[in-house]
Amino acid sequence: MGSKQKLGARGEEVVARYLVERKYEILDRNWRIKGGELDLVAISEFGVIAFAEVKTRSSLTYGHPLEAITRDKAYRLQRLALAWLAVHHKWGFEYRIDCAAVIVKDGIKFEIDYRAAVL
Amino acid sequence: MALAITNCVALTGLAGNLIQVEVDISEGLPGFTLLGLPDAALSESRERVRAAVINSGEIWPNRKITVSLSPAWLPKSGSGFDLPIAIALLGAQGLLPSESLESWAYLGELSLEGNVRELRGVLPAVLAAKKFGVTRILVPAKNYFEANCVTGIEVIGVNDLREVINLLRHGVAPPEILAPHSNFNSESSLDLQDVAGQLLPRRALEISAIGGHHLLFIGPPGTGKTMLAERIPSILPQLTPESALEVTAIHSVAGNLNNRSLLSNLPPFVSPHHTTTSAAMVGGGSHIIKPGATSLAHHGILFIDEAPECARGVLDSLRQPLESGSVTISRSIGSITYPARFMLVLAANPCPCGKYSGKSRGCSCSQLSIRRYLQKLSGPLLDRIDIRVYVEPPSRVEMASEELGESSQDVRKRVEIARSIALERFAKSSWQLNSQIPPEALRKQFRAAKAGMNLLNIELEKERISARGFHKVLRVAWSIADSAGHVVPDESDVAEAYGLREGLEFLG
Repeated sequence: MGSKQKLGARGEEVVARYLVERKYEILDRNWRIKGGELDLVAISEFGVIAFAEVKTRSSLTYGHPLEAITRDKAYRLQRLALAWLAVHHKWGFEYRIDCAAVIVKDGIKFEIDYRAAVL
Repeated sequence: MALAITNCVALTGLAGNLIQVEVDISEGLPGFTLLGLPDAALSESRERVRAAVINSGEIWPNRKITVSLSPAWLPKSGSGFDLPIAIALLGAQGLLPSESLESWAYLGELSLEGNVRELRGVLPAVLAAKKFGVTRILVPAKNYFEANCVTGIEVIGVNDLREVINLLRHGVAPPEILAPHSNFNSESSLDLQDVAGQLLPRRALEISAIGGHHLLFIGPPGTGKTMLAERIPSILPQLTPESALEVTAIHSVAGNLNNRSLLSNLPPFVSPHHTTTSAAMVGGGSHIIKPGATSLAHHGILFIDEAPECARGVLDSLRQPLESGSVTISRSIGSITYPARFMLVLAANPCPCGKYSGKSRGCSCSQLSIRRYLQKLSGPLLDRIDIRVYVEPPSRVEMASEELGESSQDVRKRVEIARSIALERFAKSSWQLNSQIPPEALRKQFRAAKAGMNLLNIELEKERISARGFHKVLRVAWSIADSAGHVVPDESDVAEAYGLREGLEFLG
């Protein structure tokens, strides 16, 4: 695993913990099919399924992490979410697509900017 | 916090609309959406505003930004919205006090560095803002003096975004703007005394200036047609303050203020080249409809040298403004009307070689080519020209004379007196100049003395003059009477007017 991948994995871990703290249950991680990957799938205590895309950056030199999510990427997330619901027989569940930006400060501190239902 | 509103002005021709610039910042993916029919330059606003805000040391929100320019149905163009968008964006983040946003208006293009750049059409925009009740407007420093021509509204000139922020946040006034050194004089630098001899054309010039009559000079090259025409502004009465403001506003929209001093009361003199297109002549353009030469010459003179060399459509495009005093230009983005009330002065050679004068004086052109040459000036256009004179080459005696001709100042005094007589006579009418008297008024209260009318009636009977020509001669006769101090044009006034209008027999 390269350092970039490691950073990404740590970012996802941090967001997963963030969600668990807020009474979410993690249903799936790094669910991959042809056409893309879902970073995190979690269900809230109210039964809403959240598909979270996590973007981790070690600095803001290249702009805000969430700026990396283009319109095409957003549509892909939408399709992947529907695919996940179909595969896991969760039709009828309320769902939303979230984005989380993780910024690593000084190499140790993780700052999370979590935005729910962005699409 | 997440919403802020401020004001800007969008111009449609000379008329302005107050535009509300609303910025909403909401949760969601970072993005910038601009609503309200922006054109290409305005759509690029996003990148300019972003760089300017960041480079001015302010925060760019990494959130979903929605900018709405309302009324949304009105197509908007240009870069003047950069500043209000930036200000509303900072206001929406709670970084600026909101009361200074909603009641003020802002105009300005931003550079990436955060400088506020100059714009076209600031003067009419400020006029519009005042009309809509805006009490204070911020404009680019370079447009400050232009904007400040408008009274009854507080104008602040700013150099960069930082100054605007400091003003709004801390009440720090931006540095005072020094008046630029003006190279322009309100007085024309040209004087009629430079012209040697030319008694008949001088007379024609003076009568046209009195009545606002359109004028045609025909003559060989080098006889002074252009010289005479260029000196017309120096004998016309100065513009009234309202007219001067109107003229400055048109030049502002055309982005032409560098060629003219602000609120100059010198009537404009515009001389488009004879290869000009109709779009340049009457105005045009696909995204922004700019005023053409006819509107730039509003309240002044439109001089077309070598008129027969013009493309025929171009000259004929003058007919609408000559008739109505305004031009309406329609394009896919809409119709715009610009004022265009000018005195038309045409100059032409009598034939392709230029030497024809009715007598053969070394002219090498065939009769056919002479006829064809002047036929390029279409009948309907020529018919609208009240005074047509032949400009002879000055004689050797005139050229050798050290005596200067009469000065413009003296002529202008006479023109002003004659015009004031006419104004008094037209006090109860809707027109102000002799050239504008409608035909029915010419038949009733503005007839010439009996002997004069007889003279014209005989010419009419012999079909030497058209009905329209009949009216034109009468109008010119009124101008001559005013210059001579006659209460009603007498026989000699009418005869002179007839000569000035119909004297050029070879025009056909």
